[in-house]
Amino acid sequence: MAADPAVSIENLHKRFGALHALKGIDFSIGRGEFFGLLGPNGAGKSTLINCLAGLVRPDSGRLSVMGHDVVTQYRRTRRLLGVVPQELVYDPFFQVREALQFQAGYFGLGKENNDWIEELLITLNLADRATTNMRALSGGMKRRVLIGQALVHKPPVVVLDEPTAGVDVELRQALWRFIKRLHSEGHTIVLTTHYLEEAENLCERIAILDHGAAVALETKSELLARGICRSLHIFASHKIETLPDQIRAKVQYINGHSMALRLRKDKDSIVSVLDAIRDAGIDIIDIQVEEDKLEDVFVQLTGERDERGV
Amino acid sequence: MYGVYTLFSKEVLRFWKVAFQTVLAPVITALLYLVVFSHVLEDRVKVFEGVDYTAFLIPGLMMMSVIQNAFANSSSSLIQSKVTGNIVFLLLTPLSHFELFIGYIAAAVVRGFTVGAGVFLLAVFYVQVPVHSVVVIIGFAILSSGVLAVMGVIAGIWAEKFDQLAAFQNFIIMPLSFLSGVFYSIHSLPPFWQTLSHFNPFFYMIDGFRYGFFGQSDMAIEVSFLVVVTALVVLSTLTLALLKSGYKLRA
Repeated sequence: MAADPAVSIENLHKRFGALHALKGIDFSIGRGEFFGLLGPNGAGKSTLINCLAGLVRPDSGRLSVMGHDVVTQYRRTRRLLGVVPQELVYDPFFQVREALQFQAGYFGLGKENNDWIEELLITLNLADRATTNMRALSGGMKRRVLIGQALVHKPPVVVLDEPTAGVDVELRQALWRFIKRLHSEGHTIVLTTHYLEEAENLCERIAILDHGAAVALETKSELLARGICRSLHIFASHKIETLPDQIRAKVQYINGHSMALRLRKDKDSIVSVLDAIRDAGIDIIDIQVEEDKLEDVFVQLTGERDERGV
Repeated sequence: MYGVYTLFSKEVLRFWKVAFQTVLAPVITALLYLVVFSHVLEDRVKVFEGVDYTAFLIPGLMMMSVIQNAFANSSSSLIQSKVTGNIVFLLLTPLSHFELFIGYIAAAVVRGFTVGAGVFLLAVFYVQVPVHSVVVIIGFAILSSGVLAVMGVIAGIWAEKFDQLAAFQNFIIMPLSFLSGVFYSIHSLPPFWQTLSHFNPFFYMIDGFRYGFFGQSDMAIEVSFLVVVTALVVLSTLTLALLKSGYKLRA
């Protein structure tokens, strides 16, 4: 029998008053997967994660972690989950090491866990801050303590809710490296993020939520293949002036000797477009084709609905 | 078990780290009351037969400090965690509602007890206080601080802002503790106010506690014990139900 998935979500609904925050979410996340949960603000990403963590109680549906129900078997599931909250929260009364030791203690782990706490302090570059009060830490350091607190009980499934929001480039890169390492060590990673580049670089499979529903759920490459457009950049030997009408309609911009065209993958053949440009007397010296990125697919999937909503 | 113990230690350490504010300040306040009231009212107020007014004041002031600080501990810890958001550190753990309850209450009882003991240790330099029954003294201190610790949890869960908590403290806890017979025996009150005092649960806490020192009280010790235990059971049941439902803690 195959092992239960790391996370299984079945027909999950949650309402906050008139707001239907989750409208029947249904998918599962395999063990050892690096899973991305994307969506615009208010799409329901945090609500979904909070349901998983037990911070929000679903109205109906079922959520389980490694086969254990998050409502009825919450003691088991909370041990299996390490959650890094989105908000930069901390207890101003305590020092970094104390914060980690208390967090471990809540999970029933005492002195036997101290070696792991020291290892976390070193890995997260906090060893020289172990006796610093939480209040005195920079935002980036507080973020790292939050990650440490989530990992203090060695959970197999790690959930990171926007871990790099408001974090500078250097720390973001360091966090990515660390999260990749966790993944390579066998952790299942569930990541919500605003930075699509982050999801594109890290995640194997991606769900896109919009208005409480999953509008896409596929591997990164399948999702990228959904892009229906590509950009064609053309560099000419002379200034580009006259263009045939059927080409002009596709122009994104013209800038002296160069221009960019937006082409539909299904309708516009690059070869015939190039022929038409040559026929118009333009001497092409170089071309560059740019496939749509995750961001473009994301806008394509969530944008229409937003426009309707306005 | 270790999870509850951790929460308890964290809560104790939390007030102990700021002991100037959470222990020493209330002890000094109680002693100021003692000095001023005993100076002004000694020889003017008749309390129990054969008991000096100053000695009479000490158990009252001790109990007032015990209950106010037990309340302050659980309520302020919860509201701070809620307002700053660090309550998630607890909500993400496998701790059950019962374990959360025990952790908060036990630490608040320790704070109440510590402040009460502090008042006693300094007050005995000022006046001789008899001790009739250590068991009754400690028993009432624990039960009463337990009741107030539970009220603190209710207030901490209910309040969303610090001023709501302050309202609970200033309009409920303070008047009930001041009007419970800290400074007087209710037998000295007009009949109407005497009857009204019997509806104040804090009166039974102070009266029973005082019995532990003098062997005399306004009410029979059994009645006070029963009232305080009933209050503890009823409020604890309510609080456990609140915690279990996730009211204002889990959306």
